Amino acid sequence: MNAPQIDVAYIAKLAKIELSPEETERFSEDLNRILGYIAQLGEWNTDGVEPMYHPLPAFDAVRADIPGCSLSNEAALSNAPAEEDGQFRVPKVVESAH
Amino acid sequence: MQHGTISYWRAKLTSGEISPTELVQELARITEVKNPAINAYISWDTDAALAAAATADVTLPLGGIPIAIKDNICLKGEPTRCASHMLHNFVSPYDATAVTKLRNFGAIPFGRANMDEFAMGSAGKNSAYGVTHNPAAPGHVPGGSSSGSAAAVAAGMAIAALGSDTGGSIRQPASHCGIVGMKPTYGRISRYGLVAFASSLDQIGPLTHNVEDAALLLNCMCGHDAKDSTSSPHPTEDFTAKIGQSIAGVRIGLPKEYLSSGNAPEVTAAINAAVSKLTELGAEIVEISLPHSEAVVSAYYIIACAEASSNLSRFDGIRYGYRAENTNGLDDLYSRSRAEGFGPEVKRRIILGTYVLSSGFYDAYYAKAQKVRALVAQDFADAFNKVDFILGPVAPTAAPLMDDKNMTPLQIYLADIYTIPANLAGLPGISIPTPQNGGLPVGIQLLGKHFAEADLVRIASALEQAFA
Repeated sequence: MNAPQIDVAYIAKLAKIELSPEETERFSEDLNRILGYIAQLGEWNTDGVEPMYHPLPAFDAVRADIPGCSLSNEAALSNAPAEEDGQFRVPKVVESAH
Repeated sequence: MQHGTISYWRAKLTSGEISPTELVQELARITEVKNPAINAYISWDTDAALAAAATADVTLPLGGIPIAIKDNICLKGEPTRCASHMLHNFVSPYDATAVTKLRNFGAIPFGRANMDEFAMGSAGKNSAYGVTHNPAAPGHVPGGSSSGSAAAVAAGMAIAALGSDTGGSIRQPASHCGIVGMKPTYGRISRYGLVAFASSLDQIGPLTHNVEDAALLLNCMCGHDAKDSTSSPHPTEDFTAKIGQSIAGVRIGLPKEYLSSGNAPEVTAAINAAVSKLTELGAEIVEISLPHSEAVVSAYYIIACAEASSNLSRFDGIRYGYRAENTNGLDDLYSRSRAEGFGPEVKRRIILGTYVLSSGFYDAYYAKAQKVRALVAQDFADAFNKVDFILGPVAPTAAPLMDDKNMTPLQIYLADIYTIPANLAGLPGISIPTPQNGGLPVGIQLLGKHFAEADLVRIASALEQAFA
């Protein structure tokens, strides 16, 4: 695996984090060095190996389908940066037609 | 009240020599004096602890014992900030299951332990609330990410503490601060109410003055929880039950890959001291191999950052946490809230995680790392066919100097090489201190098979006694 140069500005857009030019430059240097090291993974033979997404063998993780208590509306909104009428207040998402 | 263990204080509480209220008052007094220099706690709520102490039932296993709680474990009605500006104003609406269980056994949560932001770091320097200092090694870092938990215990500001361990974040600060730290088997303790960093690796565990205390806390926290589908239905047990039993004939593996010439002399000396004591106790030391050891750091940082980039997407400025002001539309609100709320290491890891999951790179990085993870787990399965436990270093060096600014992020990541494997494979691990002889604290690590905590405690306790 060759380590391609990471386009930090593009990836930061995907991650929805606005970066300053200084951060973009610093992270590019850090992350290219890290990816250069990580590229060594390609040297390990993994032919026929099943990926391991969980550290323990799977078990039946489905609980009984019985309704229970959840947070009250008030508790759920208690940390909201902005709320109105028992709901989270957010900026307008749908622009009006021009 | 320096350095009393849970058993020490429990004896005083049950005999009536001290009341739970007096114990909390004493702890608060010591914290007032010591915290400004150590910064182990971001905050502490003496009134809430005194209210709990007033009704504490000292007949319960942890009755009246204050426990420090890492700032990423939810405590109802108290701030849970993950040492991040992002959660500066966040107040937990519920208790983590581990905390609920501790309360049910009589414990009193005391103090929000400082940490590396969102548990990302290994020196206690990545906190929005200031660095934590190492009380056992002035001028040196306390380790991380459970920096405040380790420092509070080492400084006598906590009898015991909860931390979380994703790649060594309990065991490594315990080693650097000269105390005991234990990461249980993945799934042993519910993660409900632990703010997620990397969900397939995270595990809550104790930081304590001795091995018995770690076992006592496990006794009160383990077990399946309907609120965490990854918590294990494996039966719990009395993890103190085997303390004092002989370890003669136990086979302990020493991986040749862990005896690198890159280890500092004090680390080599600690391993040699452990080998010598274990041999005296009748254990058999067996050289083993963990052939994929060189691959663990790469696999870990791909998996941990990928999971983090997904988990931390919830911090979007909408339902809780920091929201930027004067934003222009939804996308701008997301991007600027996250830009202003997260610190540099968190941003770096989210970007790395987003990259390895992005179109075109997924197979080369994420899928490849999960295959290497399977090989690492197989290394351990093979080793545990030959030996009962594995002995190794916790970190390649003792605690680095606080003002060492020359380390790149990559060099910092590489120092996690000995703690990461237990998280990748889901194994229990414990760090216990070795005799200091005037130098810096250095721990050694013992790893066991899945769910072998009671036997791990037996070996660790025997070694601890031999070192005493």
